[in-house]
Amino acid sequence: MASPGRRDAPEPPDFAVLKRLARDQLVYLLEQLPGRKDLFIDADLMSPLDRIANVSLLKQHEVDKLYKVENKPVVSTSDQLCFLVRPRIRNVKYVADVVHADKAAGRSRKYKIIFSPQKFYVCEMVLEEEGIYGDVTCDEWSFYLLPLDDDLISMELPEFFRDYFLEGDHRWINTVARALQLLSSLYGPFAKTYGIGRCAKMAYELWRELEEEVEGDSQARRPEIGHIFFVDRDMDYVTALCSQVVYEGLVDDTFRIKCGSVDFGPDITSGDRSIKLLLNAQDKVFAEIRNEHFTNVFGFLSQKARNLQAQYDRRRGMDIKQMKNFVSQELKGLKQEHRLLSLHIGACESIMKKKTKQDFQELIKTEHSLLEGFDIRESASFIEEHIDRQVSPIESLRLMCLLSITENGLIPKDYRSLKTQYLQSYGPEHLLTFHNLKRIGLLTEQSPGETFTAVESKVSRLVTDRAAGKLTDAFNSLARKSNFRGISKKLGLIPRVDGEYNLKMPRDMAYVFSGAYVPLSCKIIEQVLERRSWLGLEEVVRLLNGNEFAVTDPAVEDNPTWESQRVILVVFLGGCTFSEISALRFLGKEKGFRFIFLTTAITSSARMMEAMTETKA
Amino acid sequence: MSRARADEDEYWHSSKCRAFTFDDDDDELCQLKESKRAVNSLRDIVDDDDDLERVSWSGEPVGSISWSIKETASSSVSPPEGSLQKGSSSYAALPKQASSYSLSSFFKGRNKLGSFQSLSDALSDAGVKSYAPELRRPKADYKDYSSDWSPKDTVRRMQRGKVCSLERFRSLQEKLMLLDEAVAVHDGNVITAVLIFLKRTLKKEILFRELEVRQVALRHLIHFLRESEEQKLLLDLFRFLDRTEEVALSQYREHLNIQDADKRKEFLKGCIGLPFSAEDAAHVQDHYTLLERQIIIEGTFSSPTNLKKTFKIPDKQYVLTALAARAKLRAWHDVDALFTTKNWLGYTKKRAPIGFHRVVEVLQRNNAPVQVVQEYVRLVEDVDTRLNLATKYKCHDVVIDTYRDLKDRIQLLAYRCKVERGSSEEDKIDSILSNSQIRWKN
Repeated sequence: MASPGRRDAPEPPDFAVLKRLARDQLVYLLEQLPGRKDLFIDADLMSPLDRIANVSLLKQHEVDKLYKVENKPVVSTSDQLCFLVRPRIRNVKYVADVVHADKAAGRSRKYKIIFSPQKFYVCEMVLEEEGIYGDVTCDEWSFYLLPLDDDLISMELPEFFRDYFLEGDHRWINTVARALQLLSSLYGPFAKTYGIGRCAKMAYELWRELEEEVEGDSQARRPEIGHIFFVDRDMDYVTALCSQVVYEGLVDDTFRIKCGSVDFGPDITSGDRSIKLLLNAQDKVFAEIRNEHFTNVFGFLSQKARNLQAQYDRRRGMDIKQMKNFVSQELKGLKQEHRLLSLHIGACESIMKKKTKQDFQELIKTEHSLLEGFDIRESASFIEEHIDRQVSPIESLRLMCLLSITENGLIPKDYRSLKTQYLQSYGPEHLLTFHNLKRIGLLTEQSPGETFTAVESKVSRLVTDRAAGKLTDAFNSLARKSNFRGISKKLGLIPRVDGEYNLKMPRDMAYVFSGAYVPLSCKIIEQVLERRSWLGLEEVVRLLNGNEFAVTDPAVEDNPTWESQRVILVVFLGGCTFSEISALRFLGKEKGFRFIFLTTAITSSARMMEAMTETKA
Repeated sequence: MSRARADEDEYWHSSKCRAFTFDDDDDELCQLKESKRAVNSLRDIVDDDDDLERVSWSGEPVGSISWSIKETASSSVSPPEGSLQKGSSSYAALPKQASSYSLSSFFKGRNKLGSFQSLSDALSDAGVKSYAPELRRPKADYKDYSSDWSPKDTVRRMQRGKVCSLERFRSLQEKLMLLDEAVAVHDGNVITAVLIFLKRTLKKEILFRELEVRQVALRHLIHFLRESEEQKLLLDLFRFLDRTEEVALSQYREHLNIQDADKRKEFLKGCIGLPFSAEDAAHVQDHYTLLERQIIIEGTFSSPTNLKKTFKIPDKQYVLTALAARAKLRAWHDVDALFTTKNWLGYTKKRAPIGFHRVVEVLQRNNAPVQVVQEYVRLVEDVDTRLNLATKYKCHDVVIDTYRDLKDRIQLLAYRCKVERGSSEEDKIDSILSNSQIRWKN
């Protein structure tokens, strides 16, 4: 894709069909249990379900009452109970408890579990062990893909991150492969596939295998998506650990965007209740500020506010007829804009207040030092104070991880002292958190001298030795050395700029971090797409621990005149952040690409850190 | 790291990477406030209570599933006896709409209903072919008793979600082939299914031994045992693998599930002897001691200095915690004592293991009186920070003294305009300005 000059990026394909498919299949499954029934829904599935269906649709298919799956006795009086859950042992045990309680009370009902997006053998094993196999029927709702926006599809599987990267469980890889099969059947075939990471490679292989089985006449179709790029989250933890400063990321960090919508409390709505606001391209105000650096947002909002006022003011000089016109045609739009504007202004205010309280400037300065690799001692002592001041357990942890990952581990003295102070500030049970962080490689202790590299090279030899097959991983953890400094230097992730970085007219993707750092994950994608291969990136790949691939499908016509050749599906395994999405949207605008994001879930530093903590069973 | 200090300073001062300035008096906040005023002034034109929001967005939209569940929950908190009867009028199901189509009919064959148009349009023929069969497989596919599938075929069938009997894989070699095949196709679901079979049909020593050289499968077993809470077998496995630290941590983890404080304390006491790393052993000991202290509330053992000693709390951490606690109680004398040290001659001096700007921050947050804040602002070493804080918190004396020490006549004159007319501060500035002893730098 040699620099095509500034071409307009093609429009994204229409993903609404994905919602329709999911909805139709759900209806079909509900019809499999004819008659009235009560539906119990997994808390994690409620928001995704809300995106594709509503109560009246469920009622139409004879759902009587709706309940949340939670640890409370069931009060339902229906003769048929249907459970819509993620395939987890805990959920099946919940159903088992319900069935046992009914049996004890001498009550007989029909039970059905619908697992989404798929059923696991473990679930059936629990049914068998509980002695209720046969009393309960099982089904699968293949709801793999939820389009959250024009260019964003989420699998809504936040547990993918912990399950794969911490526990080394491959259970979701097949799910990803099936999701890709669906996407490819609707929008493919994809002419070219790139990827980097162990999980990326496995997902790709499994997906190809599925494709071969159904091999149909897909080749004749003209694709809507031309290329696909897989990235493992552990290729780049640094980006995910940085404070987000583009508007959408900042809103996520501050208020948590859940399934594409956010809850704004009374302090923001200046009313007496919370408002749930959908954040996507349909929100015209949000659409214009979502990818902007926070400092640009105020100017935009005040401009908007002035325009709005001017438009309202026009009504002053109107006669009756004009007024009628105004009311029937414009007023509704203006009112909506007014509501959106006041919500986003409220949100900005609240963000400003919070950030002022937290010494945000000092925090950002420390992050930038860590990224650039100087003043390490000063940064370490800032982190120490951050812990001692008990600002926030998650934030302190995030900073420690950033220090570790940029420095290839903490020096033993720092590791001990920071860990001790952390446990004293936030509770000794975080011992378990530290253990997890070590296993996943987010917070490690430098080992003295050469020993580590020796072991490492031995391991990498074992890893590449596929013939052995069994010894694929000699290490008990999936952690790898981050080599951030080397990679950063090779890829020029820290831009050298004379004078001030112009955040209003950004020159590169670094603007998403105030001009201080180009997100690594996005830079890799940019480089590979530019070269249309990994050639010339050997050193970077080596530092990233290999597992890169680039495959051209010879059966697919690669017609460069097709718009679809500039539509690229980026698959983030383990989650992506809004900052990465903003950065790639920017790159797309520059190069005339359209990026489509498929992620196992939207992530952020806080979500990653929380996934590492241990909770009660 | 090799960069010169000067470079760094230049870097930060050149503010290439303009972080935010989040000061209250900043332009941006003013701008924001102005925008807010403008928007709010329009409120009387836009009445809030129209149904517009239901169209575009809403707090829980009526009809959303989350909303409906909340309704069910609140209506079932204390249900009156009769209201839960089936078909009660309060929760009657909506009539099934005549226009709604049934999906099952779609899969039985192409339907004549016009309402289908959109779906069939959206799917190319190929799409239907590859997707629809996945929705519902023929019943016959579910059960399979054919007994001559190879390990490879068996794994493939399992991958497609088909029930396969594994019982006929009886030799160790066959069992392991099955496992290796599952690992090779990267399907965690199948790997775990095979492991459950192996766990049931092999002695644990044999299973463990084989897993030791199969790390991917091993991780699946560990995760499975954790999720299904088979703690005993998990510990056996860790012991077999000589992962003593994991043995200790897995046991320690159990305390999270103990509600009762006394029982938890007793449990932790039992954890003390576990094979933790030396460092973690000390933390666990501390954890136990801490709970013990919490139970003997407010005894002499709980004096801050005693706690500091027992838990070897570093100075910084101690001071910050103590400071926050005393400031919250507005015990300014205690705050004073925290930083006052006496030398052998009996002179007192204020000293802090943390920067005094941090002390100021904590005091300010707890609304300390100006006199108290001022005392600590004065101690901030860095002149710029000191001036900043002093100006921000209106510690006039500190500002004036600092400018005097800097011999900065111009700034002092400028500051004179900021203090109140006829105030003691103004007098002070005047007397300094008229002091002929001072050699002003400007």
